[in-house]
Amino acid sequence: MLKMERSFPEEVLEHVFSFLQSDGDRNSISLVCKSWYEIERWCRRRIFVGNCYAVSPRILISRFPDVRSITLKGKPHFADFNLVPEGWGGYVYPWIAAMASAYPWLEEIRLKRMVVTDESLELIAKSFKNFKLLVLSSCEGFSTDGLASIAANCRNLRELDLHESDVEDLSGHWLSHFPDTYTSLVSLNIACLGSEVSFSALERLVGRCPNLRSLRLNRAVPLDRLSNLLNRAPQLVELGTGAYSAELRSDVLSNLSSALSACKELKSLSGFWDVVPTYLPAVYSICPGITSLNLSYAIIQSPDLIKLVSQCPNLQRLWVLDYIEDVGLDALAASCKDLRELRVFPSDPFVAEANVSLTERGLISVSEGCPKLQSVLYFCRQMSNDALMTIARNQPNFTCFRLCIIEPRTPDYLTHEPLDVGFGAIVEHCKDLRRLSVSGLLTDRAFEYIGTYGKRLEMLSLAFAGDSDLGLHHVLSGCDNLRKLEIRDCPFGDKALLANAAKLETMRSLWMSSCSVSYGACKLLGQKLPRLNVEVIDERGHPESRPESCPVEKLYIYRSVAGPRFDMPGFVWTMDENPALRLT
Amino acid sequence: MQKMKEASPQLLDLIPKEREWLVSKDESHGSSEEKKLELRLGPPGQDWSNLRDNTSRGHKERDESLLSLGYFYNSSSNGNQTHHFASSERKTVLPSPWSSSPSGYHHNQTKGPSFLQFSPSSQSLPVTQKASHPCCTKAVDLQSAEKKKASANPAVTNNTSQKRTAPAPVVGWPPIRSFRKNLASTSSSKPAPESQSVAPSKVPNVKPVETNGKGMFVKINMDGVPIGRKVDLSAYASYEKLSSAVDELFRGLLAAQRDCCAGGIKNKIEEEKEITGLLDGSGEYTLVYEDNEGDRMLVGDVPWHMFVSTVKRLRVLKSSELSALSIRSGKELKN
Repeated sequence: MLKMERSFPEEVLEHVFSFLQSDGDRNSISLVCKSWYEIERWCRRRIFVGNCYAVSPRILISRFPDVRSITLKGKPHFADFNLVPEGWGGYVYPWIAAMASAYPWLEEIRLKRMVVTDESLELIAKSFKNFKLLVLSSCEGFSTDGLASIAANCRNLRELDLHESDVEDLSGHWLSHFPDTYTSLVSLNIACLGSEVSFSALERLVGRCPNLRSLRLNRAVPLDRLSNLLNRAPQLVELGTGAYSAELRSDVLSNLSSALSACKELKSLSGFWDVVPTYLPAVYSICPGITSLNLSYAIIQSPDLIKLVSQCPNLQRLWVLDYIEDVGLDALAASCKDLRELRVFPSDPFVAEANVSLTERGLISVSEGCPKLQSVLYFCRQMSNDALMTIARNQPNFTCFRLCIIEPRTPDYLTHEPLDVGFGAIVEHCKDLRRLSVSGLLTDRAFEYIGTYGKRLEMLSLAFAGDSDLGLHHVLSGCDNLRKLEIRDCPFGDKALLANAAKLETMRSLWMSSCSVSYGACKLLGQKLPRLNVEVIDERGHPESRPESCPVEKLYIYRSVAGPRFDMPGFVWTMDENPALRLT
Repeated sequence: MQKMKEASPQLLDLIPKEREWLVSKDESHGSSEEKKLELRLGPPGQDWSNLRDNTSRGHKERDESLLSLGYFYNSSSNGNQTHHFASSERKTVLPSPWSSSPSGYHHNQTKGPSFLQFSPSSQSLPVTQKASHPCCTKAVDLQSAEKKKASANPAVTNNTSQKRTAPAPVVGWPPIRSFRKNLASTSSSKPAPESQSVAPSKVPNVKPVETNGKGMFVKINMDGVPIGRKVDLSAYASYEKLSSAVDELFRGLLAAQRDCCAGGIKNKIEEEKEITGLLDGSGEYTLVYEDNEGDRMLVGDVPWHMFVSTVKRLRVLKSSELSALSIRSGKELKN
């Protein structure tokens, strides 16, 4: 090995390494020997940081001196459901500030669940000369003013994606800050913005960017403007409409129909806010080419959905509200044989009674009819073990299976048994399952199955399940590839956690809220495992003010090479090695 | 089935693994301080046995814990009404209430071998004996068992209360992004003329469901409290309810903040006082909001539904600082 490596000049190795795209492969080569480590670190251009507190900007920069593309993730996933208090952290500014001087040639920044201030956006705009891509996914803390500085300064920007971010909407004029000479836009997603953007600026922008492929508008863009935009960009591949309603006028419908049918490349449709079904036939002409449909904001009843879906034989991804009902999913199963991903969201999650006829039967028929189905997110109100076993047998190639039965701890509605065997069948049959969310009534036995069969599971979400520490113990001791585990309202406590403490160092993070982990156990973990950051989140005040045996409100544990973070708000306490230094 | 059998040995290893974990721990750190810590927090080996004691509460036989050790497996094979797992086993499955109280499992205790063929009496006794720390006395055991009970209790009461009430009051459940909920709610709070054209008479049942169902989250901050919150306006039907919710949200935080400033932990009850007069300006704090035009307004001046459809964020201001700011009264603006 050593000889072979010596026989290659560095440039050759560098060239060979450049063909390796996956982060895992790059990590592996850097472990071969010191010289490969050196060569690899100098030519690594893309970095993924799954937790912004797992490493510091300084460490990153000293190892990888020439990065062009970075992905950073901040808050825990449960932040999406309002479980992480405001002000928890996940600030991107320190990263931008460090990279501004270290990586002048940085081209791409992708952020997820981070707090991004306008100041950060301004710094991005003026620091990176060849900046091309900004994706802010579920981020917050910035306003349209920050976006204006990106628009004004990033001449080579190709992609601006505000995917589900919480943007403070100061004015729609930020869009007119793109200079008239700017023509490089490829992808623009402003679907999350609340207020109107300047239409004339938008039309001009769309008209002068010949490479625009993806345009996702916000709800404030009215339907009668859409055809104008489309006429300027017939090359679009992805379209997110604005509000899909207007006064009923025949010219609106005919203009839209002809504009849409001219878009021969269209593959993906989303938006459809406030949809009026009368206008839906306008998209029929492009349906045969559609592979992705996001109707999860569209209140469309089952008959109209059936008409739409059955004209999309090449559909691979469908996101839809439960208005589709079982009959609609039957139709989907009959006509969309290429379906890979299905998400069914609840239209009214906060009522106990079903408002639509969507049950386990719909999922069964999709699992029967769509042989390529890999990924499911399904909200429903009833489930049975038989159904889950049928689904598992029909569809052994699931990689992602997320089932949410809306009422916590709902048993099998036929037998009133826990759903243990049902989920057991899912993990047993789906050998390649990477992500799993379970719900309904589950005993520790379900977790025994998950630990036994879920060998490739990477992310697991648990809520209102299990009956003792043994449940968590099965998961932690059995799921060899687990990276992220999030648990809420389960009776899991110290024993399982302490017994598998070493496992935590192999994972990216563990979230536990409203469980039974004591403050004492958190302290012990923090002291014994210095490579873990053990953070107790408790809004009732300092945990020291309660007995050590008292369960903590929320616990977030993650491995880190950077040590405890310094930006903790008053309701977060880190359990580090030396409690004496932990004075606030 | 085949797979199940292959995998079984791993599960059988559970207790021995625990022992190994303990043993290796004992070997690696021998300091007495270590041992104390472990004792206090109840290392796994001990606590599994506590758990067993717990589950078999009420049975006084000498070997009860051995019998109930099988409970983990027995009870879990209970859900096994199908033949895919453990078909080799022959037993009648009794209907179980699946309550969280241990009494629900009693019928299981005299069961024969579980589906894993785990025979507890022969294997586990020596294991647990080895696993428990030499200096571990019965008193320690009992103590940690109590602790376990105490810590489990809140969860249990939680569970039962959640079970029967509607799912709505549980924060973050069902797991739908607040982003998604907000979008849905703004649809229903859109001005009337537009939404009429939006919702044709064809779908009469959609509209009402839309209006009452979704959450509508707005941010709320309070002077002197660094932590912001979000409140779900759709959960409150009136200003009074919103005001008491704000009190609930911030009362503790405000007290904690004062504690911090005072530099010591004082009597909690004394410190936590109710936040009143939020709406009429009579209290220490006043609730104001920023509307969709960016104006700051006093909460309570316009009809509730109008407030809900225009509010963008809330703020609890010190009443004393209120006059310094230019805050418009909703009345003078709208009338």
